[in-house]
Amino acid sequence: MAARDVTKAVILWLGVAAACWPGGGNAAELKIGLSADVTTMDPHFVAAQPNLTAQQHVFDSLVRSDERSRPVPGIATWSTPDPLTWEFRLRKGVKFHDGAELTAEDVVFSLERPYTITGSPGGFQTYVRPIVAKEIVDRYTVRLKTAAPYGALLQDLAEVMIVSKKAAAQATGEDFDRGKAAIGTGPFKLARFVRGSRIELTRHDQYWGGRLPWDSVTLLILPSDPVRTAALLSGQVDAIEHVPTADIARLRKHPQLRLAQTVSWRTIFLHVDQSRDRPPGVLSRAGQPLDKNPLRDVRVRRALSKAINREAIAERVMEGLALPAANVVSPSVFGHNPAVKPEPYDPEGAMKLLAQAGYPGGFSVTIATPNNRYMNDEQVAQTVAQMFSRIGVATKVEAMPLSVYFGRARNKDFGVALLGWGSRAADLALRSLVATAAPDKGYGAWNWGGYSNPGLDQLVARSLGTVDPAQREAVAREAAALAAAEVAFIPLHYQVVTWAMRSTLSYTARTDEFTFAHFFKPR
Amino acid sequence: MLAFAIRRLLQSIAVLFVMSALVFVGVYAIGNPVDILINPQADQAEIAAATRALGLDQPLWRQYWSFLAGALAGDLGKSFAANIPAVQLILERMPATLELALGAMVIAVVLGIPLGLWAGLRPDSVSGRVIMAGSILGFSLPTFWVGLMLIMVFSVWLGWLPPTGRGETVKVLGVTVSFLTWDGLQHLFMPALNLALFKLSLLIRLTRAGTREALAQDYVRFARAKGLTMERVVRVHVLKNIMIPVVTVTGLEFGSLIAFAIVTETIFAWPGMGKLLIDSINVLDRPVIVAYLLIIVLLFVLINLIVDLAYTALDPRVRLAGRST
Repeated sequence: MAARDVTKAVILWLGVAAACWPGGGNAAELKIGLSADVTTMDPHFVAAQPNLTAQQHVFDSLVRSDERSRPVPGIATWSTPDPLTWEFRLRKGVKFHDGAELTAEDVVFSLERPYTITGSPGGFQTYVRPIVAKEIVDRYTVRLKTAAPYGALLQDLAEVMIVSKKAAAQATGEDFDRGKAAIGTGPFKLARFVRGSRIELTRHDQYWGGRLPWDSVTLLILPSDPVRTAALLSGQVDAIEHVPTADIARLRKHPQLRLAQTVSWRTIFLHVDQSRDRPPGVLSRAGQPLDKNPLRDVRVRRALSKAINREAIAERVMEGLALPAANVVSPSVFGHNPAVKPEPYDPEGAMKLLAQAGYPGGFSVTIATPNNRYMNDEQVAQTVAQMFSRIGVATKVEAMPLSVYFGRARNKDFGVALLGWGSRAADLALRSLVATAAPDKGYGAWNWGGYSNPGLDQLVARSLGTVDPAQREAVAREAAALAAAEVAFIPLHYQVVTWAMRSTLSYTARTDEFTFAHFFKPR
Repeated sequence: MLAFAIRRLLQSIAVLFVMSALVFVGVYAIGNPVDILINPQADQAEIAAATRALGLDQPLWRQYWSFLAGALAGDLGKSFAANIPAVQLILERMPATLELALGAMVIAVVLGIPLGLWAGLRPDSVSGRVIMAGSILGFSLPTFWVGLMLIMVFSVWLGWLPPTGRGETVKVLGVTVSFLTWDGLQHLFMPALNLALFKLSLLIRLTRAGTREALAQDYVRFARAKGLTMERVVRVHVLKNIMIPVVTVTGLEFGSLIAFAIVTETIFAWPGMGKLLIDSINVLDRPVIVAYLLIIVLLFVLINLIVDLAYTALDPRVRLAGRST
């Protein structure tokens, strides 16, 4: 009798224990395969997109970019009391990963930290340089002053992450990598950074943005394309970014996977040299130097643009993963002018224009392109070369790895060069790409073609100097229209960016190509 | 013996100098890492400042001079991309590569020598011929393709093994290793197999050739005539005598396993030194490239030295150069 009672008690106890036992699969874990290596977790060291992808899981910035690349409030909202002043009001109660509250001190410290970074090949000073004075009004309010009205401050501040002054004061890059200094207000805490392999994150329960569906996130570094796809197919990861074009058709048909796509901010275009009389590679059909530079004539440039069948490139070479372009920024980005349409394919019109410009027999050029940077970059250049040849401009293609390409392009080694550009605002893009090179003002840093149009420069300056967003966009659109009318560069297409994931997940595809675990949601 | 070692050391220092000079000139000729790593929105002043900060605006000979000065003090510079000392970056990744190379070597030796012995003892049998045909495949199939096929078969179709990455690690004497955990072994198996294939084929053929040659020797016939079993003859006499070419090749090939595990590391996303090298070359991260090559040269020199010493231990007829008989 006693034994039976004991047995009953034991069974009852086991039953209760089993019911209370934390059931195995409750922890929601997300594994994402990234396509490029993350070199450091210090958010102010080098502005490389793969680094920013990982760092923005741990840190926030004052201004966030939504999926259309437009500025939205991050940990702060803003207003402009006057054209030279920007007032940022922080959200109250935003907690760092160590429990401390975010205050204006942390913001000011973070905005000054880029100046203290040494040994960086490309830091964040560009983004904070327009700020000439920072004022802490109270615990949650910061006032920033610029020397001249500068409308692009929001886009710039979206790149600067806010760190904890307490944790990051005197911190080295290694302190961030080990996690000691990597204290941010972002949705995830850094658990482990295994360089070259993975980044392990755990949920920040006091995240100001609310409760996230994922307890832990692992970002796996898988730069090799077929391997990334294999990792998704075998279930090792739940989602991957930058699906290789060759695999998209297959993944689309897979019953347990789904894709998310959108037009990316990356515009692929050709720089054409308009500054020199004898640019390299631009010769007569017989291979002799010409007495003047045909690319200086807008009719010749428009003819070249007409010769390109952008739809065919998008459909065949890019396998549908491109949208023909006319603006320097893609459709959802600030400053895109919908009235400017891609140049229609018109080889006869192109040949007529060439004849009008004085080149009825054509001439010859060489297109330079990287071969390991943009989607199908070399193939696109080859296709464009063939299209040029059809209107009488005999074209060769010179392809090379990126490490060689940028250096030579900066040395102005090329007459026609392919480039891809992603930007959050048209005026910023135009400033770098086609404004007259002015090192003191920072204009034209990437103006390889040497294009110079004072009218365009004025429009760009006016646009950047307009603080009201609606007015600024109107001026930016005007500048974009002028650049297109003058064929300052020859736009080709905007790339399409693809994510692949398990069909139980959804992701809001982003124009800026960033992959964030906090925007993956279970369906 | 001491003279031998010292002479070797001096030779290797000369090689290190030449190597570092070559890499410097080579990377300088390709381009400027700032162009690749710079923030696209940076203006000309920023680019110039970044170039100055990394010391890249100085003439080549002065850059090399400051590098040498630092190297003699033990500092090979900081990685441009990762902002930590280049040597530390490489040493961080070295255990992973060494683990992979050792795993590949173990597979190659454990499988290769018995299979080669078998093929040597029974050259005209079906199994012998199959082994030799298999070794030809091991030579000819490209590592990249084999790696991808392994992933397709074992991970995607069968789902037995994880396709990429390194598994759970534990720290042993300060070194992180993953072969002590089951998860680590699962991750290690395919890359090690992929890397081992070439060496495996090499060892099979080498062992078979050595066995055929040894079996034809007089001492084997005398031993059999004396009444020893074939098993003892092979195990005690033949095996020891075929070891010399095997050890030499294994030693030399081990160095190349470490240095050229790049393809396997790229396919399997194995966080080793080889992948680090490729990534660094792509962004012209010169301190890491130089440090890596110097460390590899040192490693090769060390391995060659060990092989030479093992040689004398194995074959009593061989004396190290410099010693009179």
